[in-house]
Amino acid sequence: MRHSTTRRKAAVGAALALVAGTTAACGGDSEASQASLGKDDVLTITTFSDFGYDALIEEWNADPDRPFSVEMTKIADWDPWKQTLTQKLQAGDGLTDIVAVEGDAMPQFLSEGASDQFADISDPSLDDRWVEYAYQAGQTADGKQVGYPTDAGPEAFCYRADLFEKAGLPSDREEVEAIFETWDSYFAAGEELTAALPETKWYDSSGSIAQAMLNQAEFPFQTADNTIDVENAELELVWDTVTGYSTTLSPRVVQWKEDWTANFTNDGFATMPCPGWMFSNIKSNAPEVKGWDIANAFPGGGGNWGGSYLAVPAMSEHQEEAQEFASWLTDADQELAAFEAAGNYPANVEAQESLAAENATDPYFNDAPTAVILADRAAAVEPGRPYKGDMYSDILGLFQTAIQRVDEGASPDESWETFTQAVDGLS
Amino acid sequence: MTRTDAPAGEVLETSPATGSPVPPPGLTWRQKLSHWDFRFSPYLYVVPFFALFLVIGVYPMVYSGYLSFFSWPRYGLTHGEGVGFANYGHVLADPVFHKAFWNTIGIFVLSAVPQVVVATVVAAMLDTPLRGRTWWRMSVLLPFVVAPAAAALIFGSIFADKTGLANEVLRAVGLSGVAWHSDRFASWTAIATMVNYRWTGYNTLIILAALQAIPRQLYEAAAIDGAGRVQQFFHVTLPSIRPTMLFVIITATIGGMQIFTEPRLFDTNLQFQGGANYQYQTLTMYVFNTSNSGTDPYPRAAAATWIIVLIIIGIALLNYAITRQVQRRGER
Repeated sequence: MRHSTTRRKAAVGAALALVAGTTAACGGDSEASQASLGKDDVLTITTFSDFGYDALIEEWNADPDRPFSVEMTKIADWDPWKQTLTQKLQAGDGLTDIVAVEGDAMPQFLSEGASDQFADISDPSLDDRWVEYAYQAGQTADGKQVGYPTDAGPEAFCYRADLFEKAGLPSDREEVEAIFETWDSYFAAGEELTAALPETKWYDSSGSIAQAMLNQAEFPFQTADNTIDVENAELELVWDTVTGYSTTLSPRVVQWKEDWTANFTNDGFATMPCPGWMFSNIKSNAPEVKGWDIANAFPGGGGNWGGSYLAVPAMSEHQEEAQEFASWLTDADQELAAFEAAGNYPANVEAQESLAAENATDPYFNDAPTAVILADRAAAVEPGRPYKGDMYSDILGLFQTAIQRVDEGASPDESWETFTQAVDGLS
Repeated sequence: MTRTDAPAGEVLETSPATGSPVPPPGLTWRQKLSHWDFRFSPYLYVVPFFALFLVIGVYPMVYSGYLSFFSWPRYGLTHGEGVGFANYGHVLADPVFHKAFWNTIGIFVLSAVPQVVVATVVAAMLDTPLRGRTWWRMSVLLPFVVAPAAAALIFGSIFADKTGLANEVLRAVGLSGVAWHSDRFASWTAIATMVNYRWTGYNTLIILAALQAIPRQLYEAAAIDGAGRVQQFFHVTLPSIRPTMLFVIITATIGGMQIFTEPRLFDTNLQFQGGANYQYQTLTMYVFNTSNSGTDPYPRAAAATWIIVLIIIGIALLNYAITRQVQRRGER
């Protein structure tokens, strides 16, 4: 037995070394050391939903001349990824070399303090590459470029032509534009359709209509100096309209959840606001449904919903390569490929021009000229609307939750009070 | 430790003052080494655990306690100025925290009570001479093997408000569907069902093990005295497995206070606040969400954690008091 003493000591020593090692690893080194990547090294990127990058990255990795290879993590939805992203930024550790950021949340990552967590990826040679307002929305007040725009979200309206026909509404692409002319005509047609088809609701969810109306407001949540103000006429109009139609026109489900998805296949609703990136969602939720079409119109003009960015966290050890790859992904050819794969309308000017020239159509949507429609819708967007302050994404989440409460049966007044309380709790 | 445990051929003496063995003078080097080995090795064996425990258990607790007295700028990497008990005040005054507290208690009661009752009954049934006993016993454990995320996804679609299986069945028999996500009690029930699905089988097997340790003569004696099956269960089985029952109840309590995965994955709210009206936000979800909020995220979450620690200690003490009462009654 005695002979084992030394071995035992060695074991204890090893255990202690292990503990010490773990502790050191936890501490990490605060200065992210920049090491260049070789051919077999991996650059990491995280996206959410569908950025249409699968084929692009496959292609990149198959190319023998690429300087490094790339590995993508895809998160299903933005909201959980927002939480993870925020937490890891605060921890200063654990993010991939490139991260995708949703447009509505961009302002909070640009705010003072937060923007320090990202690398400056400004590059004067790229100045005219993207649509001006999209490019500037990825920039801090003092000109640090945090994100490259991947896409823009000009909204059209998608609708079920077969259900329109059944309800006795015009169903032709050109004819329905009158329905989507103003919000009044839109809601009036909705009352007609739901009267004719009691099983079908007019739109996919109260949340998406609220989002569409918010995107036309000027200062929905915060004034120009970032003071929180939710007791304004613009927001109250959205609130009254959406909660007012909750029981008649809305299926009262939450976007992205089971009941919402199920409605795509069981004729649960007839219309939905449709930014380009929504196309792939409709196709994957209702692959068998015939009758989807896209109207080249949007009530009250235009609106931009979403549009995302690629950013490089300061904690990345390969910022240079990350910037290089993010730049490649947002170049014209790649944004075009992403549009074809997922419908994400490019924010890249050259890509937009070539889309318009190409006159692309989509057989799933009854051969709708998607490129022309989205180009027209993009032209109708009023840049800078709505104003997105540093708390935009947070308050938007609380507002959507307040609408969900009404959909679930709470009284609008009560729900509004809970909403304002929660907004107060933000500060 | 008795003398006979000492390695053969070695003489150790016990000093009257300390009661621990002391090497008598004039021992050889090997004998001294052996003595030290005997005396100190046990401590060395347990050191790795305690070192790890200090690093990953005690340190975070102490640090979060420290943190709870500071502010924290959004996206800051370090804490800001000290704010005294303000974070505790914020959490205690937060109506959402109050809701989370009652939600946790509600879900706990709805899961722990049926779980223990059903587990005991099923275990008693498995303790009878069944055909294919092993197969039955293994199958009760099957749900436990299912990953909680997978279970939550399955139950999420069962309890979907409009298109879920549960409501389809209710409607098929002519009842109106239940608002599983918006009604507070219904949401607790749905979540408790997920918990029970996973944990009932696990508890069944533990109780089954205890049942099998009961001497069969007790049942024979009871049968001779004229006790029926039901009487045997209440007067022989239950008193015999009381310590195991207490173990099961205590572990279920701890699990119940920590419930997170099931309500989080059941959530239809995009903010993950446990229902649009916080119907099923639990205490651990509160901590998680607070650490994601804009203002003083970590200090407020740390304060909430410490309040929860105090709540759990309170419940543990209550548990202990009840346990002692029950034990005493059992001894009479």
